[in-house]
Amino acid sequence: MTARRLARGGLVDRSVPLAFRFDGMDLSGFAGDTVASALMANNVALVGRSFKLHRPRGFFGAGHEDGIMVSRLAPRPATNQLATVTPLEADASYVSVSTWPDARRDVGAVAQWFSRLLPAGFYYKTFMAPNWHLFEPFIRGAAGLGRVPDPAWQPVSESRYGDCDVLVVGAGPAGLGAALTAARSGASVMLVDDGEGPGGRLVSDGIDDGGWASRTFAELHTMASVRLLCRATVWGYHEHNLLTVIERRPADAPDLDLRNWKIRAGQVVIAAGAHERPIPFADGDRPGIMLASAARSFLHRHGVLAGERAVVFANNDSARGAALDLAAAGAAVTLVDIRPDPGGTQAAMLAGRGVTLVAGGCVLRAIGRKRVEAVQLRQADGRLSTFPCDLVAVSGGWNPAFHLASQTREARSVWHDDLATFVASHGEGRFRLAGAARGIFEAGACIRDGVEAGQAAVRTLGRTGPAIEAPDLDDPFVARSVAPLWFVPPRRPGEKVFVDLSGDVTTADLGLALREGYDSIELVKRYTTAGMGVDQGKSGNVNVIGIVGALTGQATDLVGTTTFRPPFVPVEFGAIAGARQQARLYPWRHTPLADWHLARGAVMYEAGLRWQRPGYYPLPGEDGKAAASREARAVRNGVGVYDGTPLGKFQIKGPDAGRLLDLVYISDFGKVAVGRGKYGVMMSDDGLIMDDGVAFRLAENRWLLHSSTGAADKVHAHLEQIMQVHRPDWQVSILPVTTQWANATLCGPRARDLLAALKPDFDISRAALPFMGMAEGHLGTIPVRVFRVSWTGEMSFELNTPARHATALWEMVMAAGAPFAITPVGSEANHILRVEAGYISTGHEVDGTADPYDLGLGALVSATKPDFLGKHAMMMRRALDPERCELVGLLPGDPERSVPEGAPLTPGGDKVGQEGFVSACVRSVALDRVIALGLLRRGRSRMGEIVHARVRNEIVPLRVVAPVFHDADRARVRS
Amino acid sequence: MLQISCPWCGTRPEGEFICLGEAVPPRPDPAALSEAEWAAALANRANIRGLHAERWWHVRSCGRILTIWRDTVSHAIVPPPDGTAALEVKP
Ligand SMILES: [Zn+2]
Repeated sequence: MTARRLARGGLVDRSVPLAFRFDGMDLSGFAGDTVASALMANNVALVGRSFKLHRPRGFFGAGHEDGIMVSRLAPRPATNQLATVTPLEADASYVSVSTWPDARRDVGAVAQWFSRLLPAGFYYKTFMAPNWHLFEPFIRGAAGLGRVPDPAWQPVSESRYGDCDVLVVGAGPAGLGAALTAARSGASVMLVDDGEGPGGRLVSDGIDDGGWASRTFAELHTMASVRLLCRATVWGYHEHNLLTVIERRPADAPDLDLRNWKIRAGQVVIAAGAHERPIPFADGDRPGIMLASAARSFLHRHGVLAGERAVVFANNDSARGAALDLAAAGAAVTLVDIRPDPGGTQAAMLAGRGVTLVAGGCVLRAIGRKRVEAVQLRQADGRLSTFPCDLVAVSGGWNPAFHLASQTREARSVWHDDLATFVASHGEGRFRLAGAARGIFEAGACIRDGVEAGQAAVRTLGRTGPAIEAPDLDDPFVARSVAPLWFVPPRRPGEKVFVDLSGDVTTADLGLALREGYDSIELVKRYTTAGMGVDQGKSGNVNVIGIVGALTGQATDLVGTTTFRPPFVPVEFGAIAGARQQARLYPWRHTPLADWHLARGAVMYEAGLRWQRPGYYPLPGEDGKAAASREARAVRNGVGVYDGTPLGKFQIKGPDAGRLLDLVYISDFGKVAVGRGKYGVMMSDDGLIMDDGVAFRLAENRWLLHSSTGAADKVHAHLEQIMQVHRPDWQVSILPVTTQWANATLCGPRARDLLAALKPDFDISRAALPFMGMAEGHLGTIPVRVFRVSWTGEMSFELNTPARHATALWEMVMAAGAPFAITPVGSEANHILRVEAGYISTGHEVDGTADPYDLGLGALVSATKPDFLGKHAMMMRRALDPERCELVGLLPGDPERSVPEGAPLTPGGDKVGQEGFVSACVRSVALDRVIALGLLRRGRSRMGEIVHARVRNEIVPLRVVAPVFHDADRARVRS
Repeated sequence: MLQISCPWCGTRPEGEFICLGEAVPPRPDPAALSEAEWAAALANRANIRGLHAERWWHVRSCGRILTIWRDTVSHAIVPPPDGTAALEVKP
């Protein structure tokens, strides 16, 4: 009839009832329940819909091998909680996922009638299709492994580091044995278990250990060198013994939802147990059909009997324990064992304890749609019958959980004939497996194996692990003499045999993948998505391998396994990040003038490498475009000032400094006079421009090299690598000094007049301080170093001062500049000005594919240097294909028509044949119209031609012109 | 996350370093190579599965570039089998 809560048994506290809602139903559970066990106790069998076909689904496992998720709507929203491991909360409201409006009345369930339209490889092929975006909204809606509640879940999470001598994974019999012996040796121990408490199989299989697990756990609890983590899953085993652990609702921090640990362990004992696997049969995914271990776990952990008329379907001895336990709890139990002679005389013993044995029988098919109502049974003699039942507990054998060992890449999967599964083969380096994780199932043997593993682990740390008095346990029925049966072939075409419930993969899908030529197990996995669902194939994966072997005529062990990768269980990204989000992960860089800019109403944003710079300073009622135009006009007509602090600055010092610059720049630097600067283009050795900037010779052997803001870190690494790796004999030091200096760059025709008004104690005449000259001195009491460089197409003075003087310098400049109507200038105006002047910019024209000739900088390439970085590759590339994209100016036919930066240039605006792109487009204040720069194939020989930019739904004609729109003879810059 | 031993600073987490890739030989003189040899020197890497030498820049500490020997499968870092020092120290 039904599943129900028993009057006794389990770890739930029947004195603490918890009311909750699920899909609108008012239900009640007990403290100690999981959401899954509480639903089972209320006889709610249909709890979700399958991922692809929306078939009705119930709980198949009792832990992480299950795939049923719920979302919590109240008291706080939470997304995609695995129901079998989520503790039930008082007055919580849950809903099923992948369903609408709920699991019982799911509209998407029509998908199961159209399953032929959703074959294996459907997603694979659709993702590859060129018109994927047409299907995407529908498919995302219909597929989806869950949904984001509104408001979205904002778990409170933390990320923490830990370390220990021995990390023990799993607090079952083997893990407890290992942890206790390691802890008694004096080693520091972390014991991590994904359940609510210790015991593992001792609890879930109801093995009488005389209180050993509780006593052991209590002793560990008292030891200062031991840390116990429950509700915590080791999800990754990374390099150098770093393990990542997700801890859900940490016991010591009630305000936390999640904590992600990064634990560096000296030694690791993996006692993660084993996963039972199914024997897939037709419609074997119906609610009420579950792993035998799950039925046993619900019984012993939660006091829930999963059904009253149970069929236990097995190919090995372990299910006998489940059958006897269910019978003892009051169910009518029939054990269908495919083995003709399973264990000789046991039929009588089983019958004596209420279990009917059908030896040599087989379950062929489940009957019932929203819940199993009966199974079709074949007896040993071939007779078919329909056998009513409300529970099918299935056991196809056990797969040791050596996933973590495999993640190290130091363990191989090897076939074990008696267990009919893979076990791990590995050296004894930094980890060892213990208990069921290495195929030892009997509980007492597991304890002894754990103790040995703990002793071996501490021995490598120079400690002695004492022997532990392990109790003798009565645990006769464990997986052995497994008669492998990977699936029961369907008797009629169209009957579905699900092998992977999470991924909605059937045996027919596997056959299709093989027929289409995806014959390696890794390809079968990707094509069918087997093993890629929520449960990551924990229960069904070995069946998949077995079926592929059967269909291809290979021995199972030769099919091989798929690669084991983290995470072992789904992990929220938010838990990994913890509090390190956004600016707390990548802090912003601010110049010392940030507050000054903000006080002036600047709109700030990133200018590269996390530097916050003013974009523009809007006046009341002004938008960004108007502000940028106003600022740019001020520079063209009067004087502006901008904060050039973020520009990368490196002091290059030493007798070989000149040689270094000659190696990294395309021009000759050796002959630059002291006190003068030179513009340099820097290439990587692949012959493409990496960055540009001006280097000033401060003294004979001391230079200040400027890089672009965004390229500073790259240039730093580049220079260090040259010096430390490629020219270690050169005497040069490289010192980044970007943040030592604050900057105020005066630019515009009145810049010198303004500088004079600042009362410099040095000569600023054109003769004394020409373009590419420099001076050092004071403005009042403020020390400055002045460079004559320009990135605006106007006369410019870059005033640099030690960072502590930044605000004083700017206030002095603004006060002295008032008569000149000085205007602070942001990045947007800078962009307009540099495009007008035709100066290149890293990230726009310098896009990683251009060389100096492409950008019209061929005249800078040294004719005398035999070698510099990039020269050889550049020449080789140019010889191979002289048809390069070259820098050009572009004028739209409509002077008010802007083109998005990055828009492709194609012949006639066709969809094909890209011949360049628009690298920058601004509304020029000098020409009072839209202008653009671009890279165009053979551009310099195409002056006057009309080319076409292809933008969304439109083709914009552009006239090719020289890439300079202002101060073409550089007279203003040099004034 | 690797743990990398710096001769100056001791054993430090990978986050303090930037990986500079395979430890290629110092830049050869392009004039001494054919075009094919130069292209190979620029672009071809052994990409070894197993033990190989690679460079790490201890940028968030001493600033030195180290050469370490690491197994690309197990990530084990071992003493240089050729007996060289981890640092390419200036003479
Ligand atoms: Zn260091």
